Amino acid sequence: MFRRLDVAARAVVDAPVRITVEGRSVTCRAGDSVAAALFAAGVIACRDTAVSGVPRGPYCMMGVCYDCLVNIDGMANQQACMTPVRVGMAVRRQIGAREVKL
Amino acid sequence: MSNVAHCDLLVIGAGPAGLAAATQAANLGVDTVLLDEQPAPGGQIYRAVTSTPVQDRSILGPDYWHGHGLLKPFEQSGARYLPRSTVWALNRTEPDRFEVAFSIDGQAQLIQPRHVLLATGAQERPFPIPGWTLPGVITAGAAQILLKASGVVPTGRTVLAGSGPLLYLIAWQYLNAGVPIEAILETTPRGRWRKALPHVWGFLRSPYLAKGMKLLRAVQAGVPIIRGVSELEALGARQVEQVRFTAAGKEQVLPVDQLLLHQGVVPNVNLARALGVEHLWRDRQACWEPRVDAWGATSIAHVGIAGDGAGIAGAMAAEHRGRLAALHAAWALGKIDQARRDREAGSPRTALARAVRGREFFETLYRPPVQISRPVGATIVCRCEEVTAAQVRETARMGCPGPNQMKAFLRCGMGPCQGRLCGLTVAELIAEEAGRPPQDVGYYRLRFPTKPLPLGELATLPQTQDSMDAVVRFKKS
Repeated sequence: MFRRLDVAARAVVDAPVRITVEGRSVTCRAGDSVAAALFAAGVIACRDTAVSGVPRGPYCMMGVCYDCLVNIDGMANQQACMTPVRVGMAVRRQIGAREVKL
Repeated sequence: MSNVAHCDLLVIGAGPAGLAAATQAANLGVDTVLLDEQPAPGGQIYRAVTSTPVQDRSILGPDYWHGHGLLKPFEQSGARYLPRSTVWALNRTEPDRFEVAFSIDGQAQLIQPRHVLLATGAQERPFPIPGWTLPGVITAGAAQILLKASGVVPTGRTVLAGSGPLLYLIAWQYLNAGVPIEAILETTPRGRWRKALPHVWGFLRSPYLAKGMKLLRAVQAGVPIIRGVSELEALGARQVEQVRFTAAGKEQVLPVDQLLLHQGVVPNVNLARALGVEHLWRDRQACWEPRVDAWGATSIAHVGIAGDGAGIAGAMAAEHRGRLAALHAAWALGKIDQARRDREAGSPRTALARAVRGREFFETLYRPPVQISRPVGATIVCRCEEVTAAQVRETARMGCPGPNQMKAFLRCGMGPCQGRLCGLTVAELIAEEAGRPPQDVGYYRLRFPTKPLPLGELATLPQTQDSMDAVVRFKKS
């Protein structure tokens, strides 16, 4: 479980950035990465692995481990820790490998 | 941006080494571009130093805020800065001309520098223990990024485990921010102090000694520290729920909401290796390091490496190494003569010597314990492909000679992280099973793109007439 320090929580109130996570509305601080916003919203697992389907969450927060992959606005395999939140962004859990649309 | 940009010097990475290097080079009249993956300068050590919501300077501490001092000189230097740029390929096209491919928000582009300086820093050492893949287990560095960049901190029961200065730094920052910590599980093996003792003279003369001891005392006063921890395991069904370990001969279990792991940092070698830079195994630090000279020059002409990417020495050293590498680049590009390069190198060289005092002591003290660098059984080694230590060991015993062959057997290192989280472990396990040193076992053969890239993004590269003709040639008219 994670929370925002008071200063950061105030920034969310002052200038909220609203996104959805699995359809649920989540309010973020401008400048947060999607991964940070997920942690602050109580979401610590963001995908199911492609090999055995077990849950995983962000691990390194600096773009090297690729464990924070999520689906953003319909695009799979996005690194949540490297993507800043944007108003109206729709974040979904990444389930297994990316599907190739034919 | 024009079709293909040019510059004299391309610096990759805007941490202390990259910022200092780009500033120094631009001030010497070198046309310099700095590319960085993050939205703002600072690297990981000074992450979000321009935008952090944690403005109370007593929380993150003076060493973090020191990074702010690098920004103004950089802005005034005239170096061009391209944030949110992920470099994924680097090729030499002429003896002193490179073609570097990178993407900004999914748009691929090229830049052609004459000299390249890699300042891609460090990453945390893999920490393969049972359960390290469970949600809620994150690195101490990740926790620090959450704090610096977003003011996000753990709540509930938090346990830190491992060893090394960063583990105590984050504990200290949490205490400053009023975040409680259940315990620090210290994995430094007993007897390490005795091994490190011959290096104690350098440590006692380290400029960080007084600061470090003060920080350590504050943490010891505020957090229970359990020493001599081994058999560390994260337990839980769909996320971490408990941490189990052995200390003082007794097995213990602590309920946790999150477990923060740290076992030191290692150079980020992916770009340098993909380019073909020669690397050496450093046994004291148990990691690979590019072979560089006192200027950060590598085995490839016009390719330099500065900062922790050239061998772990810390943020202050990174700055000085950045300046030295920039002076060398300016000389290699014909902007200054050798006499000036050598003269101006005097002060960063002296500062560097001071900054690295005491490193041997830390390296010996905090060398990862064998249990963590060489895991056994069902512990996952390759997080992406979910390959276990037992599988890697068994395949090595069957005669698999190195990490590249291991890919063909098990797919380890072939997932999206491209070996960043398993490369060291796989080399160590093969070395142990084969009774050979890691230097002989070698590392994954890394190739471009060094970060996964959708084909559609590749297709957004600007095309030349030659590249289009090369494809059109095969079309039947």
